Amino acid sequence: MKLSTADVDYVAKLARLDVTDAEKEKFTAQLNDILGYIDKLNELDTTGVAPMTHAIAVTNAFREDRVVESLGTQAAVANAPDPRGEFFRVPKVIE
Amino acid sequence: MELYSLTIHELQDLLKKGEVSAREIAESVFARVDAVEEKVHSYIRLMKDEALAQAAQADADIKKGEIKPLTGIPVALKDIVCTKGVPTTCGSRILHNFVPPYNATVVEKLSAAGAVFVGKANMDEFAMGSSTETSYFGPTRNPWDLERIPGGSSGGSASAVAADECIASIGSDTGGSIRQPAALCGVVGMKPTYGRVSRFGLIAFASSLDQIGPFTKDVEDCAIMMNALAGYDPKESTSVQADVPDYRQFLGRDIKGWKIGIPKEYFVEGIDPEVAAAVEKAMSVVKACGGEAIDISLPHTQYCLAVYYIIAPAEASSNLARYDGVKYGYRAQGVRDLAEMYKKTRQEGFGAEVKRRIMIGTYALSAGYYDAYYGKASQVRALIRRDFDEAFKRCDVILTPTTPTPAFKLGEKTDDPLQMYLSDIFTISTNLAGIPGMSVPCGFSKAGLPLGVQFLANHFEEGKLLQIASVYEKAAAIEKRRPAL
Repeated sequence: MKLSTADVDYVAKLARLDVTDAEKEKFTAQLNDILGYIDKLNELDTTGVAPMTHAIAVTNAFREDRVVESLGTQAAVANAPDPRGEFFRVPKVIE
Repeated sequence: MELYSLTIHELQDLLKKGEVSAREIAESVFARVDAVEEKVHSYIRLMKDEALAQAAQADADIKKGEIKPLTGIPVALKDIVCTKGVPTTCGSRILHNFVPPYNATVVEKLSAAGAVFVGKANMDEFAMGSSTETSYFGPTRNPWDLERIPGGSSGGSASAVAADECIASIGSDTGGSIRQPAALCGVVGMKPTYGRVSRFGLIAFASSLDQIGPFTKDVEDCAIMMNALAGYDPKESTSVQADVPDYRQFLGRDIKGWKIGIPKEYFVEGIDPEVAAAVEKAMSVVKACGGEAIDISLPHTQYCLAVYYIIAPAEASSNLARYDGVKYGYRAQGVRDLAEMYKKTRQEGFGAEVKRRIMIGTYALSAGYYDAYYGKASQVRALIRRDFDEAFKRCDVILTPTTPTPAFKLGEKTDDPLQMYLSDIFTISTNLAGIPGMSVPCGFSKAGLPLGVQFLANHFEEGKLLQIASVYEKAAAIEKRRPAL
């Protein structure tokens, strides 16, 4: 499977990356190299093999539903590029 | 002998005897940093004020007769673990101004054990890299040869220990990011079992593979650090509720009758002859100590890298979706609307390697490709794990090279991502299987570059790694050289 610059454009859009034309070209070639290498996996017949999603068998980790101290609004917004009081301000969303 | 050149256990002996103070140790380490940091660039940020206050506290504790396992020991932290009130950048522009409101659990644990924090160590951006060249803050250099890379992604943590800019350090390992730089810088590095050390406060790269571990100057120090780091954390849902042994008890215990698995797939062409010779020599030392070498096969080894380069980027593309310029970190200016703000922030905030991996991961998870890529990779991952399960029925530990070559030159692989990825070929399988692995120095190349041997054990058998590594370290008696800086 060969990726075109149009595919790379589409993936960049999905990933919310505003890549430049020069990057697009570089990424197309590099992603094709990497995906070409990854194609190696198709040599293997994995019919019936259960996929492994975690390194160790963990089931849902529950804890007691107890109220503990939380971060607090001040600390939570302290790193925001544009905080307003206890809110995160962003550029307009709708025209 | 300068204090900065000593190990944790040596310094602790001196502190206990009252022959040195924690303040003197901290001052010695910072003097060393002043002398060599310009050449090596191990750190993104130093924490001298905090360190001197912690050292004063350590001295006060010692006066009261309270001496903990890391009291007064200067430790460096990879800049991927959150430090309350101290900027934590993950080597990225997008987090260049991020000041965490809490400490990672490992930071709390090291503090509770008495450690003094020297600073935040340099790293590949978001831990994506094998050379520490992708850091937004510029590359770290290998203390043994400043033209060469220290390995990565925890390159600053490794170089800081090798250059005596700290006594021990913390790194993280997603595909070899502790063991590979440990080997290339000539220090000891361990990636514990997945779930052994809490990841709370570790900035996520690939959540099913990431694990925190120590860099130290010798194996005994590694056991001391593991004692401080390991254990269940209610704040981390993948940390495991299993008993943590005192890791020091394994040091020096004999390995007579142990079966040492030698996987034929790890001794193939492409491996540097000097590395191969050093690892073969390590094998003969282990045999002389009573280990019995047996040939084993890990038949899916050749697929590890391909599996990794689907799973790690897929998880990364999801984990890094949170960096959008809203809640913290960098935000692009001069934008018209929210969508443009996201795109420009991420475009300007991430470096090339991070974007490349986000792109691979996004593609692999996109509609129509999920089964072909992530699904397939997760199935092959199960086969890789099964290889290890089978192998550990026949052997106690596995011995391999840590890296295929000694440290390469800066810039040598930056334009060829696939070549860069291949430098992790012997370390990646460990993360996929979730087992622990350790790199121990096993000599030097003719050019004077350090080489490493890797030991692997089954889940939660870090004790076995420390046992064989300590026996090997003593018997091999690798010459104690220091980089000429």
